[in-house]
Amino acid sequence: MTSFLISVVIAGTPLLFATLGEIITEKSGHLNLGVEGMMLVGAVAGFGFGIITGNPIVAILGAMVAGALTALIYGFLTITLRANQVVSGLALTIFGTGFSSYIGTNFIGKKMPDNIIEFYKPIEIPLLSKIPFIGQIFFNQDIFVYLGYLTVIALGIYLYKTNIGMNLRAIGENPSAADGAGIRVSWYKYVHILIGGALCGLGGAYLSVVEVPAWQDNITAGRGWIAIALVIFSKWNPYKAIFAAYFFGGLSIAGFRLQHLSIPQSLLDALPYLFTIVVLVISSMKKSQENAPPKGLSVPYFREER
Amino acid sequence: MKKVLAMLLIATLVLTMFAGCEKKEEEKTEDMTVGFIYVGPIGDGGWTYAHNEGRLYLEEQLGVKTLYKESVPETQEVETEIRNLIDQGAKVIFATSFGYMDFVEKVSKDFPEVTFFHCSGYKTTDNMANYFGRIYEARYLSGIVAGLKTESNKIGYVAAFPIPEVIRGIDAFTLGAQSVNPDVEVEVVWTYTWYDPASEKEAAVALLDGGADVIAQHQDTAGPQQAAEEKGAFSIGYNTDMKDMAPKAYMTAPIWNWGPYYVEQVQKVMNGEFESHAYWGGMNENTVQLAALTDLAPEGAQAAIDAAKASILDGSFHVFQGPLYNQAGELVVAEGETLTDGEMLELNWFVQGVVGNIE
Repeated sequence: MTSFLISVVIAGTPLLFATLGEIITEKSGHLNLGVEGMMLVGAVAGFGFGIITGNPIVAILGAMVAGALTALIYGFLTITLRANQVVSGLALTIFGTGFSSYIGTNFIGKKMPDNIIEFYKPIEIPLLSKIPFIGQIFFNQDIFVYLGYLTVIALGIYLYKTNIGMNLRAIGENPSAADGAGIRVSWYKYVHILIGGALCGLGGAYLSVVEVPAWQDNITAGRGWIAIALVIFSKWNPYKAIFAAYFFGGLSIAGFRLQHLSIPQSLLDALPYLFTIVVLVISSMKKSQENAPPKGLSVPYFREER
Repeated sequence: MKKVLAMLLIATLVLTMFAGCEKKEEEKTEDMTVGFIYVGPIGDGGWTYAHNEGRLYLEEQLGVKTLYKESVPETQEVETEIRNLIDQGAKVIFATSFGYMDFVEKVSKDFPEVTFFHCSGYKTTDNMANYFGRIYEARYLSGIVAGLKTESNKIGYVAAFPIPEVIRGIDAFTLGAQSVNPDVEVEVVWTYTWYDPASEKEAAVALLDGGADVIAQHQDTAGPQQAAEEKGAFSIGYNTDMKDMAPKAYMTAPIWNWGPYYVEQVQKVMNGEFESHAYWGGMNENTVQLAALTDLAPEGAQAAIDAAKASILDGSFHVFQGPLYNQAGELVVAEGETLTDGEMLELNWFVQGVVGNIE
């Protein structure tokens, strides 16, 4: 059981980063369906920087910058040119898939340097890892996983406890009111779309640098789309996102350990989506403001029409 | 200004879509042109990579010009791509994935002067042959290596889909392992994907956590190899030599060697001797092989493999010869009997010693 739960955390980590990235993007009122593309660009960049420089930190920084630059394309299209967000996001996924495949041809069959693999080996945290049961599951993992916890907490504090975070949420709900209050709407949107892209890139890099670790075409295999569903599942809340990501990660690998019980794999594969629908139904029944998507989501903001 | 920028951006986005699937031509002097359609990227390090090695061998041996197209989906698009290759002068087409079958059949009727070869299907026309390899023979040999290596007597097998091709491989592998280690069990996990490195790795981790100490795979990526490497276990690859991907785990792999068949058939077409056929080549034809053993392979493995290989080659032994028992312990193939090719192509039951369900 413990070994299963350790794997659950690992399987959930790329989903967690991508979900957090999409949450912060959507909080600024932008629906970016390019998560899969940004993850792939991050994955290929992380792997490339890893084998070229041999430096584990440069690898993940490279992945974040690459993810952010990919998001910049989306930002320019949707903020400055006010293009349709759905179409721009889909185009970004197509672009990311092709671009990563093109760059990745140089990296096929190459092996990550040993020092990087060593760097991302599980590290036991003193004291915390001694907590019975959960200690080994949550506090004997690689640095990326810990970075995931920290990002959740940082994002939670940022969104709900700081003025900047409040400004961001205001933009997502009602950009013209925020503009009237003197908040620089476009500037905020750009910054947060870039941060979102960087987090998605990090999610992709976890796959290519730590989990697999190798570059193979289309390494994300649809995880970006699951992350978009997870944003809804976690109701745009970073704290809930960590549970959602681990839950979905767990469901995705539970099948490998339950096949002897003759539970059809197709049912297990469908479960995450069923749960998403159930959560949507329940949260719509509660009609709580807190659980609703940002009101300005996917609506282009024209200052002149204020 | 903004409009110009927008146009530029859109153009870039669209153009990069094609960047990955760029067509490459290599100039050769001969008048013979051969076209290949691949289902994945050459860089998959697996299935398509093996076919491409065959193409390179063909160029080297016969000096013919070859064209290829990567990552062609198993849809109508394959028809367009085949027509493109024919427009560029291809006289022979090799289509290397199961799902191309019906489209190849259709195009073959439109171009009677072109010769078509389709891999892993079952349809033929006057100018369309199908071909595949008896990889189960090599899997039997790889099972011997795994059977000798395992100490827990539990071998994990990461498998893509419960279809006859995969089931045949699992059965052959298990029989090979049992031939040297009667107590061995082969535990199967289905991933329901050919290509998802992370999921394949997680499936292997599940098997290793369950007590397996050797991992084998019927998948197109090296994900399971990585799992074995990380957990200090050992592994058997598939498709191509995967030594570089997991140097501390990889022992050997059943691999494809399409080159000889491609050379033989293209030569026949050039001589006007082509006849439509269904080809299923094994170790005798050199279509399938076992990759060279690494230092990690157990002692005595080479000798055991050589003996088994010799008996398969001279026909004194067949992988699926009786007595064979199914999972419930019932005798399915009696002593002295052997599964026919037809029965093997429809194989849908596990032999005794396999742990897993076929759904």
